[in-house]
Amino acid sequence: MPSPTPAFDSDANLAHLGCSCGKHAIPEAHNVSQEARLDDIIEKSVMKAVFPNDVQRRRFIKTVGASAALAALSSVLPMGVAKSLAQEAMGKPEKTDLKVGFIPITCATPIIMAEPMGFYKKHGLNVEVIKTAGWAVVRDKAINKEYDAAHMLTPMPLALSLGAGSDPIPFRMPAVENINGQAITLANKHKNKRDPKLWKGFKFAVPFDYSMHNFLLRYYVAEHGLDPDKDIQIRVVPPPEMVANLRAGNVDGYLAPDPFNQRAVYDGVGFLHLLTKEIWDGHPCCAFAASQEFIDTMPNTYMALFRSIIDATDFASDKSNRKEISKAVSPKNYLNQPVTVLEQVLTGTYATGLKEQPIAKDPERIDFDPFPYHSMAVWILTQMKRWGYVKGDLDYQKVAEDVYLATQAAEVMKSMGMKPPSTTYKKYMVMGKEFDPATPEAYLNSFAIKR
Amino acid sequence: MEYVKSLIVTLLILAALLGVWAAGTRDGVADTSVDPELAALLGPSAKGESPVPGPEDVGAAVWGHLKDPFYDKGPNDKGIGTQLFFSLVRVLGGFGLAVIVAVPLGFVIGSSPLMQRSLEPFIQILKPVSPLAWMPLALYVIKDAAQSSIFVIWICSVWPLLINTAFGVASVRPEWLNVARCHEVGWLRRSFTVVLPAAAPTILTGMKISIGIAWLVIVAAEMLVGGTGIGYFVWNEWNNLSLTNVIVAIFAIGVVGMVLDQGLAGLTRLVSYEE
Repeated sequence: MPSPTPAFDSDANLAHLGCSCGKHAIPEAHNVSQEARLDDIIEKSVMKAVFPNDVQRRRFIKTVGASAALAALSSVLPMGVAKSLAQEAMGKPEKTDLKVGFIPITCATPIIMAEPMGFYKKHGLNVEVIKTAGWAVVRDKAINKEYDAAHMLTPMPLALSLGAGSDPIPFRMPAVENINGQAITLANKHKNKRDPKLWKGFKFAVPFDYSMHNFLLRYYVAEHGLDPDKDIQIRVVPPPEMVANLRAGNVDGYLAPDPFNQRAVYDGVGFLHLLTKEIWDGHPCCAFAASQEFIDTMPNTYMALFRSIIDATDFASDKSNRKEISKAVSPKNYLNQPVTVLEQVLTGTYATGLKEQPIAKDPERIDFDPFPYHSMAVWILTQMKRWGYVKGDLDYQKVAEDVYLATQAAEVMKSMGMKPPSTTYKKYMVMGKEFDPATPEAYLNSFAIKR
Repeated sequence: MEYVKSLIVTLLILAALLGVWAAGTRDGVADTSVDPELAALLGPSAKGESPVPGPEDVGAAVWGHLKDPFYDKGPNDKGIGTQLFFSLVRVLGGFGLAVIVAVPLGFVIGSSPLMQRSLEPFIQILKPVSPLAWMPLALYVIKDAAQSSIFVIWICSVWPLLINTAFGVASVRPEWLNVARCHEVGWLRRSFTVVLPAAAPTILTGMKISIGIAWLVIVAAEMLVGGTGIGYFVWNEWNNLSLTNVIVAIFAIGVVGMVLDQGLAGLTRLVSYEE
């Protein structure tokens, strides 16, 4: 015989049998009505903001109809994102099974570890991270929508949105992954050629044209008086092939992402000439990027993904977690590297491959900081223009603000209890030379070697 | 007796090869003066071990893969058997589509000198193009990595099939066609009962060449786009600079290629005839 009342569930939370406001029998019903109410409030406040005069607003709504007025406003303002920002964790993701592409390098650590360490799950997503062979393939698969979002290099969303190297497709970069963490590795036979002035005729490898690696290497040799297009040769080589090329003598060195710098030392093929933090301390490198289309059509999914990435990046920035992370990302399914190589990169206690100082300690070798400063984008754009990757007039600030979603990142970080910086522009020192994001053209013209 | 002799010679060559391999990859004398703290940070090859694995390392790795060929540890780490299966499906898919297109088209070209002359320039220009050169275009147009690699297999299989079918059809002995004409055999029946059996050995030779090329190309294509397949396996192990597993994959690719080739050679024997 069925019992008249449901059996007592010992796991049920006795304090919250109904919803928090008491009007709904189950919390889900409360959430739904809460969601609708929030949508309503946001829409009304946007309308109010656009038409502060009550009479005018009512007349406008009366003549065109409320929904038409809203639709017109939504086309200008990203209402979907604004709504899901306000809803925080409340908005149900439109789609939970996602594919995120990555390149097997330590820069992608937060994106990768978020799977085995459960950061995607925590935010209600079931994400598969897919290893990809090279940056051009990541770009094409992101454009083809085989990936919902992807690990990219910080200059890539700018290049994609500007249409440099491909058709212009609006891509957005909500978060940076890592800062610093790259290095210049040279073959062992060049141990006595530490002065870049001796590098004339060297062949260098970088992972992609639109990469910080390319721009930093060009900047570094140009500061030492070498023209990167005439005095040295720069080739694009996928990171995994770099160590093999260095061993074979096809390249003299590379400015590359780890673990392939450390791997060259681990295999006795090369030595670390310099960490990129010595060129620009705090430079951005890799990023998390998604298409404008994905952001528009699935605002809740996007926000959940965004929050898991910020969450994971924050966890990775804590140096006491680095050993645990090294173990999580080393298996074949992810980076496929010996744990000790990854530990050396992530903890900053590493073998240099040099006789004078065989072991170096630098806890800041790589760090993780999600905030996408607009000034970073402006610097990258000045270098893209400097070397002829983009031509003609460029509205630096506009492109930077369109592509790097710093304001949104600040909102999300705040809502998660983190402290985002109060400004999205700041000055940098790159090899002792100041960069002011307010005067990009003057900065560009100050270089002797440029195209 | 002849067979036993050749077997003995084969085994002797194998033993010699393994001997040279083992001798060439012997580890150097380990440098014991290295500070233990530093030694913990370095890999075996930085400490004097040979970077190329010896036959015993590869043997152990082969055994490890054979014990569990179909494991699945996430989208980027599957067993070597699963990877070979993915590659085979792609090769057979692309090859099958090539047969469907190339054999009828080859028939038309072979039986009409006009078509042969007018299609010749297209075939001559497109045939020598490396199939991988199509990859960027395919990725851009098809917008799907898996279908793009099938397309690349298709395009590399089509040419040998087309040329061999056309050649086989064109060189059917005119006496046989005349006999068929004398009996007022219709076009369709003549094609299936006279031309096809006569051209079959040449067509199957074309298939054998095609599938050989397809199997060569799939490895390179998968290394390029990644995802799944034996080419991805090689790329992933290269990533980790694990030469042992790369050598294992080389053997696996060789064995599967041989099986495909022998399979089609068997089919060719079934349809060959003596004049």
